[in-house]
Amino acid sequence: MTWRRDKTLWGLTLGLAALLLLNFVVPDWFTNILTLSLARGSVALGLLVLWRCGLISFGHALYFGFGAYTVGLMSRYLGITDAFLTIACGVVTAGVLAYGLGFLLRQYRGIFFALLNMAFSMILYGVLAKLEELGSTDGISLEATTYLWYAPLGAENKTALFVFAAILTWGVAVLVHLYLRSTLGHMTTAVRENEIRLGYLGYSGERAVHAKYVISGLLGGFGGAVAALTIGHVDPDSMVYWPVSGDFVFIAILSGTGNVVAPFIGALMYELIRTYAFDQFPGIWQLIMGGTLLAIIMFLPNGLWSLVERRRSRGGPGSADRLQAREEEA
Amino acid sequence: MNAIPRTRFMALAAALAVSLAAGAASAQTVKVAVPTFLTGGGAPTYGVPAKNGVELVVRAINEGTLPAPYDSVGMAGRKVDLVVYDESGGGTKQVTELRNKVQKEGVDVVAGYISSGSCAAIARVAEELQVLTLLSICGTPRIFEELVKEPKYLFRIINHSTGGNVGAAHYVVRKLRGNVKDGYIGINQNYAWGQDAWRDFNLAMQTLSPEFKPARKQQFPKLFSGQYGTEISVLLRAKEKLVHSSFWGGDLEAFIAQGTARGLFERKTFVWPVGEITAHRLGKKFPNGQLARGPYGLYAEGIDTPLNKWFRSEFRKAYKQSPSSPAYHYADSILAAKYAYDTAMKANGGKFPSTDQVIKALEHATFDILAAKVKMSLGKGHQAVTSDRWGYAEWDDAKGEIVVRDVVEFKAECVNPPEGVNAAEWVKGGMKGAKCD
Repeated sequence: MTWRRDKTLWGLTLGLAALLLLNFVVPDWFTNILTLSLARGSVALGLLVLWRCGLISFGHALYFGFGAYTVGLMSRYLGITDAFLTIACGVVTAGVLAYGLGFLLRQYRGIFFALLNMAFSMILYGVLAKLEELGSTDGISLEATTYLWYAPLGAENKTALFVFAAILTWGVAVLVHLYLRSTLGHMTTAVRENEIRLGYLGYSGERAVHAKYVISGLLGGFGGAVAALTIGHVDPDSMVYWPVSGDFVFIAILSGTGNVVAPFIGALMYELIRTYAFDQFPGIWQLIMGGTLLAIIMFLPNGLWSLVERRRSRGGPGSADRLQAREEEA
Repeated sequence: MNAIPRTRFMALAAALAVSLAAGAASAQTVKVAVPTFLTGGGAPTYGVPAKNGVELVVRAINEGTLPAPYDSVGMAGRKVDLVVYDESGGGTKQVTELRNKVQKEGVDVVAGYISSGSCAAIARVAEELQVLTLLSICGTPRIFEELVKEPKYLFRIINHSTGGNVGAAHYVVRKLRGNVKDGYIGINQNYAWGQDAWRDFNLAMQTLSPEFKPARKQQFPKLFSGQYGTEISVLLRAKEKLVHSSFWGGDLEAFIAQGTARGLFERKTFVWPVGEITAHRLGKKFPNGQLARGPYGLYAEGIDTPLNKWFRSEFRKAYKQSPSSPAYHYADSILAAKYAYDTAMKANGGKFPSTDQVIKALEHATFDILAAKVKMSLGKGHQAVTSDRWGYAEWDDAKGEIVVRDVVEFKAECVNPPEGVNAAEWVKGGMKGAKCD
C-alpha cells in the first residue's frame, strides 16, 4: 500500500485537524478531557502493540508512572518545566526501563507476562509511596509548563498543552502505524499465531517481543509525561497503583486492536463515560464502568473499532474474512 | 446488521452532544460542591459521616433554622444548591472532577476533601480555576507553605496536622509524665501523613521535655498492610510505655483487634492523634487510652455553645448516632462559607457579593464554628487555627458510649506556628513564639 492510499494516515491527519479545530468550540473542561484521552490513549496504543502479539500487561502503569514522575522530579529538583525536554526525558527513561526489564519479560507469555508486569509496577508504587524525597503518597506538584520561550498562564497554558500534545500524539501514532505495517511489525501476528514456526523461519520471537515491549514502554512514558503536565500533579495512587494499569486494559478492550486510531477513541469514550457516571451516580459509578466493560465484551468483542470496520465491510460473502485481513493489514 | 451500528453511532453522538452542553450556573442559588469519599475504604469511616453533617447543616441553612449567628435563610440570602460527589480514585481523577464541577456545572464554592493527596493535587488547580475552595480535613501543612504561597481562592478551616501532634506532646508532658519516664516509641504508617505526624510529635516532645527519650528505632509499617503481628511483638518487648500512633481507618481497627488479643493495651498507653473516628465505630471495644484532635466529635461533647448543642441533638435525631469528627469538619466548612457570604453581603450594602468580596470577608476573619472559634491567622489569612483538646477516652456503661475525661484544652497559639513560619522548621527550632500561658 502506498503512503497516499493509506486510509489510516489520512484518518490520523484529519483527526488531528479536527481536534485542533474542535479546540475553539468546546469548553475548557472538555479540552482537559481531550488532552487526558490523548495521554491515556497513547498508553493503550502501547498495549495494542503488545496485544497484537497475544500479550497483555497488567502493569503498564509502571511506564505511565515512570514518565509522569520523571516530569515531576525534573520540575521539583531541577526546576525544568519545558514541555519538550520533560516529555523527551519521560519517554527516554521509560524506554530504558522497558529495555532493561525486557530481557526478563520477553521470556514469558500469557498470564506470567501479565502478572510479572504488575509485580514490577507495584514495586515502583511501594518505593514512591515510602520515600519522602519522592513526594510519598501526597505526590509532587508541578510548576506551570513552559514551551521553549513561551510561558503562558492559566487557561492559555492548557490550550497550548492540548495543541502540543495533539501534534506529538499524531506523530507518535503515525510512527507506530508505520512500524506495524513494516516486516518487523507484521511479526507481531506471527508471534501470536505460531512462535515456534517463526523461529524456524529464522526470526527470533523473543527479540520481536522485546522490541515491542520497548515500544510499549516508550508509549507508556509518553502518556505519563503528557498526563503529568495536564494534571499538574503526580501521585502514586492515581499514576502507578494497579487499578491504573487496569484502566489501560479497560481502554484497550473498549477500543479493540483494529487500528492505531482506536485507542484514542476508546480513551475518550472512557473519560466521557466516567465523567457522566461520576456525575449522575456518585455512589455506584464503578458499577456503571464495570457494566460498560461487560456490555462491550458481550456485544462488541472486537471493541468500538469493530463498528467502523463493520461499516466499511458491509454485506457480501466473506466479509468476516476481509475484516480479519484488514485488521492484520492495518 | 447495518442498522445496529448506526443507532449506536447515534447514541454516541447524542452522548457527546449532551456532554458539550455546558450546564449553566443558576442565578439565584449558591452552588456548593462537596467532594467526600462515597465509595471505597474511606467511605464508612470518613465519607458518609461527612456527607451527613453537610446535608444536615445545608438543610438548616435553607430553612433558616440554625442557631445564631447563622439563623438567616441561605447564604447571603440565596438558597444553597448542594452537589455531593465522590473523592475516591486519586489526585488525577480529583483534578479532572474539579474542572468538570467548575467549568461544566458552574459551582460557586467547593467545600470538602479528606485525603491530603487530593488536597495537594487540587490546590494549584483551584487557584487557576478561581473557585472559592474550603478544605475540610486533609492535614498536610504543605498546602500553604509549599504549594500555594500566595493563596487567593484556597482556604482551610481546620488546624493543619502539626497542631494535633504538638497538642499531643503538650498533653503527655503535662498529664502523663509517669508513663513516659522510660521514653516513648512510635508506630506510624509509612507514607506522608505518618511520617509527618511522628516527626512533629517527636520534635515537640524534645522541645518540651528533652529528658524523655524516643526509642532507638520506630515502627513504620506499610500503609493498609492490615497485619501487625511483628510490630506488636516489638512493642510488647520495648521498655517504652508510651506509644505514639497516627494510625486511622481500617488499619487502626485491625491494629486494635490484634493488639487487644495480645494484651498490648493493658501494658502500653497510646497517643492517637486521629483515633476519634475509630473510637466512635468501635465503642466498647476501643481500648481505654487517649485520643484526639481538636474540639470535634467525641471531644465536643459537653461544649455548651448553642450551635454545638443544636448539631449534636439534630444529628442524633436524623442519623440515630452521635456525630464523629468528619461530620464536624465538613459542617464547619459550610458554616465558614455562610459566614463569608453573609459578612460580605453586609459590607456590600445588603446586595449579593462578588466572589472577591466573599474572599475578602473570610481572610483574617474570626468566627464561630460548631464547637469552637476559628481564626484565619496563618497562610496570609487562609489557614485556620483552632484550640486543641486532649484527654482520656473511657467507655461509660451508664451512657452506653465513650466519654472523654481529664480534658485539657490548648490554645490555638500554643500548638500552631506563628504566621510566616514553616511548621516543620518551627517544631525543629524549638517552637519559638508559642503562647501557652
